[in-house]
Amino acid sequence: MKNDVNINKLKRFAADIRIETIKMFATAGYGHIGGSMSIADVLAVLYGEVMRIDPINPDWEDRDRFVLSKGHSGPGLYAALALKGYFPIEELKTLNKGGTKLPSHCDRLRTPGIDMTTGSLGQGVSTAIGLAVGSRLKGLDSYTYLVIGDGEMQEGQVWEGAGFAAHHKLDNLIAFVDHNKKQLDGPVEDICRSFDIQGKFESFGWHGQTVKGYDVREIYEAICIAKKQRGRPAMIVLDTVKGKGCSFAEFADFNHYMVINDEMAADAIRVIEESLKPVEE
Amino acid sequence: MIYVAKEHKEETIALRDAHCDALIAEAERNPAILSVDADVMNSLGTLRFHKRFPERGINCGIQEANAVGISAGLSTMGFIPFFHTFSVFASRRVYDQVFLSCAYNGANVKIIGGDAGVTTAVNGGTHMPFEDMGIMRNIPGMTVLEPSDSTMLKSLVPQMASRYGNFFMRMCRKSVMKIYEESSSFEIGKAAVLKDGEDVTIIANGIMVYEALKAHEMLKEKGVSSRVVDMFTLKPIDRACIVQSAKKTGAIVSVENHNIFNGLGSAVAEVLAEEYPAPLERLGIRDKFGEVGSQDYLMDKFKLRAEEICRLAYKAIQRKPRR
Repeated sequence: MKNDVNINKLKRFAADIRIETIKMFATAGYGHIGGSMSIADVLAVLYGEVMRIDPINPDWEDRDRFVLSKGHSGPGLYAALALKGYFPIEELKTLNKGGTKLPSHCDRLRTPGIDMTTGSLGQGVSTAIGLAVGSRLKGLDSYTYLVIGDGEMQEGQVWEGAGFAAHHKLDNLIAFVDHNKKQLDGPVEDICRSFDIQGKFESFGWHGQTVKGYDVREIYEAICIAKKQRGRPAMIVLDTVKGKGCSFAEFADFNHYMVINDEMAADAIRVIEESLKPVEE
Repeated sequence: MIYVAKEHKEETIALRDAHCDALIAEAERNPAILSVDADVMNSLGTLRFHKRFPERGINCGIQEANAVGISAGLSTMGFIPFFHTFSVFASRRVYDQVFLSCAYNGANVKIIGGDAGVTTAVNGGTHMPFEDMGIMRNIPGMTVLEPSDSTMLKSLVPQMASRYGNFFMRMCRKSVMKIYEESSSFEIGKAAVLKDGEDVTIIANGIMVYEALKAHEMLKEKGVSSRVVDMFTLKPIDRACIVQSAKKTGAIVSVENHNIFNGLGSAVAEVLAEEYPAPLERLGIRDKFGEVGSQDYLMDKFKLRAEEICRLAYKAIQRKPRR
């Protein structure tokens, strides 16, 4: 890991992911805004700095792989992929339109750079483990990165995977929980409490950390620590805010899925640009 | 080419051992083949694979959903996982995982469901799949198989390994009646015609092929000529064979160790209705759950017997339109 990571560059990348995602949803008229915003920073760190990838050659065998198990946040990932050059930015306007390469939920067969099809919650945990086991069997030194939602942890399959990954000592698997405290019907605390997320994974045999999930430096440093673990998978709990950084979503009660117009988008983008000024000056 | 055995007696090899032999033989040639299991390796006979290839055998423990997902992930890395568990768990317990992580995801996973229908016997109703083939038939692109003896099973395993895509194969774990000579070979999607006849066609799969052959002899004694078809590929079903059989004999009996809904009887009915309507009688489980008992007891109870095939054959023949 490099020590000279450019934090301002990552903040700019995270802002651009948010901006392109908001534009995409405004064009579509609606979308899963909350969960796409809360993963913008981890996407910026992974695709902007950490992951070994080649956007020109998305099927490169030696690449690191990424599974967005909370597949409904696919649009945030599409923004990151387009900004990295996997496909033209203009394609983002085709989100959810008939024949698009960019469906609401991640689809490996349609979108360059998407490593796994997801959308039925819990399943991405297992498929990511398959990638990590496969990398090990092939003798690759690739990492598999996995993002799951805090509501998604209510799915039993997550815990089947948690047990397997620890038992099989998958130290090439680094997972994140996007702990944004909200699920479709409301606060996670009201529906099915998460309790101690880091502690749960630690009790399964994982290395655990919790960081500010919208602080790119903290995320980056946590990944550096996770990569030093030997003989166990690593969990990084991202303490996030659903809708983070999007003016109309961040403070809305129900922001899992919202109707979004051009005016809302323009205002949100203006606020993001203003928030970056101290960074860029 | 198929060669029907001169004598039909119980095979000396259990199907689970025939499967493991075939899988090991394939794996010796192809390093991509893996065995993924879920704590029933002893029951389904895959333990020898894990001993022969310790790196390539993955026992997930009692977590079928995770095992299916891991298999799907491994297949996108170029591996060819064969996932084994009891057929109830390989189908209904993991339906969404098979549908999404395997099929929709364009994966390459081979699912082997052990203990077909009444062969579950003393494991009872909780473990007795009468719906597994139907569940799998409903998934786009899924190939669904049920071999009738060890010779056929050994011919199917290499084809499953070499053809890209998701497969479901249901099998009995114990020995079954020998149907074919060892020199026979089969092609997925092409039904095997064991006996030719004029008056009625019996289309069966799995353990019911032997009962169909018995019925053929019983009918012959009564002067009725029957054609016997082993429809071991439920999907994609051999439409041409069904149409040709209907044209030739004018009456059909379908026979399955499975619910008549969405299994072989449904598949045959669909083809007949669309292409060449002819009287069809369906023998199978008529929308009932399984229950505990010996295989013989259950076959009697659910009338999965040659005598019932004969009764339905006469009925189908009687329903032929008068000329």
